[in-house]
Amino acid sequence: MKEHDLTLGEELRRQGISRRSFLKFCAGVASSMAIPAAMVPAMADSLAQARRQSVIWMAYQECTGCIESLTRSFAPTVENLIFNFVSLDFQHALQAASGDRAVEALKTAMKENWGKYLVLVDGSIPLKDDGIYSVSHGQTHLESVRELAEGAAAIVSIGTCASFGGVGAARPNPTGAVGIDQIITDKPILNVPGCPPMPEVMTGVLTSFLAFGALPEVDSLKRPRAFFADTIHDRCYRRAFYDRGLFADSFDDEGARKGYCLYRLGCKGPVTHNACATLKFNGGVSWPIQSGHGCLGCSEPNFWDKESFYKPLSAGQWGSAEGIAMAAAAGVALGAASAVMSRRNQDKISGGK
Amino acid sequence: MTLLDFARGPAMQIAIIIFVLGIFWRLVGVWALRQKKDLSEPRQKGAWIGGIKGLFVHAWPYKPFVPKVGTQYIVGYIIHLGLFIVLIFGTPHMLFFADIVGFTWWTLPGGVITAVSVITLVALFVALAKRLVNPVQRLISNFDDYAAWFLTTAPFVTGLMTKMNLWPHYETGLAIHILSVWLLLIYFPFGKLMHSFWFVVSRYTTGSRFARRGGMS
Repeated sequence: MKEHDLTLGEELRRQGISRRSFLKFCAGVASSMAIPAAMVPAMADSLAQARRQSVIWMAYQECTGCIESLTRSFAPTVENLIFNFVSLDFQHALQAASGDRAVEALKTAMKENWGKYLVLVDGSIPLKDDGIYSVSHGQTHLESVRELAEGAAAIVSIGTCASFGGVGAARPNPTGAVGIDQIITDKPILNVPGCPPMPEVMTGVLTSFLAFGALPEVDSLKRPRAFFADTIHDRCYRRAFYDRGLFADSFDDEGARKGYCLYRLGCKGPVTHNACATLKFNGGVSWPIQSGHGCLGCSEPNFWDKESFYKPLSAGQWGSAEGIAMAAAAGVALGAASAVMSRRNQDKISGGK
Repeated sequence: MTLLDFARGPAMQIAIIIFVLGIFWRLVGVWALRQKKDLSEPRQKGAWIGGIKGLFVHAWPYKPFVPKVGTQYIVGYIIHLGLFIVLIFGTPHMLFFADIVGFTWWTLPGGVITAVSVITLVALFVALAKRLVNPVQRLISNFDDYAAWFLTTAPFVTGLMTKMNLWPHYETGLAIHILSVWLLLIYFPFGKLMHSFWFVVSRYTTGSRFARRGGMS
């Protein structure tokens, strides 16, 4: 039997994974995605019956950080098996083929799975000058994503660049970079932002797609609610220090050494939605705040352009002091004019006496 | 641009510009008015001492009036002290000012700020109830009184909701809280909230005039 014809259940049995381990994995994914425990057996059955899913992963205007994060995140687990189970038909960084042969493989995968393949994208798409600033194999990425989207069952934008434009779209955005959902509007799109995104979110999204045949429930920014409903601040282990008013004032003071809250050092946790605080990176080893640095807010749109990473969240964005000085001068002038008018009025009433 | 970006950026800049313009307009407009001439002989020297005394003497009602207006003063003090504590000793607020003045200071734990906010809010509602229940106060109240009450209360309500994470969407809640403060700032110079500046001036003026006439000794 060809690998493509195997169901996930058959593939797992072939690789010696017991049903008990598989159910544990399903329970883990279900719990991370807030799926009721009663749904786990049904999810497992549905997943076991799922056929090898064709996945096309396109890397556009990006830094490869997303794929680095996903492939080097932790030791092989059942989650990795899910990645092994999907048929990754095209991926610039991972595939052995290159040039015409790679493109040929892409075209074949598209043709054979038309209407059913899942497109994963990392990197933004430049729109300026017809997208000429980002080209692969003689085709602009703007043309490429439009062509791919036509036959896709759904699109998953991986990382902040593909979701919201990311660093490519940061001021002054010389290439006119945007996220995928600003170009493709007629397909189900899910954003998994983060710089880099969390591997477990990807596993959850893929598992959900394989089990239920649809993308999970999303928020207003098309992020899976299961992982992006809470803010970092909501789930941060340093939250107790925030509530008690205990803060680090610099990165090497006593407060920092005691693990106090990093709010004063510019942590963007209160306005950043992501699951870092609970899932952590590198298989649950650590995450930025645990390593002593405030959250940068990397899973939020335009995070590069929101002033300094080290400016406290409650500090305002002042603009220019000239405006305030001009307002003061205008106030003095208006006040003087009002007083002159009042004096004239007084003179008029008193007849100059 | 999100609502929060708008609140922290352009809205803040516009509010501060209107606030500064309005404050200077009012201050210069009043101070540049013609001073009332007092043609009588001063009954005692150093009327300014009476002016300084006036600042403190009028901070509490004259004894015979205490039973009638004492509660009003207490409620007023609770509101003003609460406002001061939350504004100066709440960590996010301190950081806002620290960004302007360039240094930080000690702040109170979040739980204490929450408790002070709740007490202040209760005092604000007591003040409103007194205004509505007392026929004389109700009669002399106008739009300005209710607007000042609403604009002072709104930041407390929205701030507490933000602190307790009661909004469906935290960032939108935070933005609404910040915008409610900018609304207060915009209205500030043009209504009775301007008493924050005038109370010192008016108490001093009253005290020094009384002293000149032989009172406030």
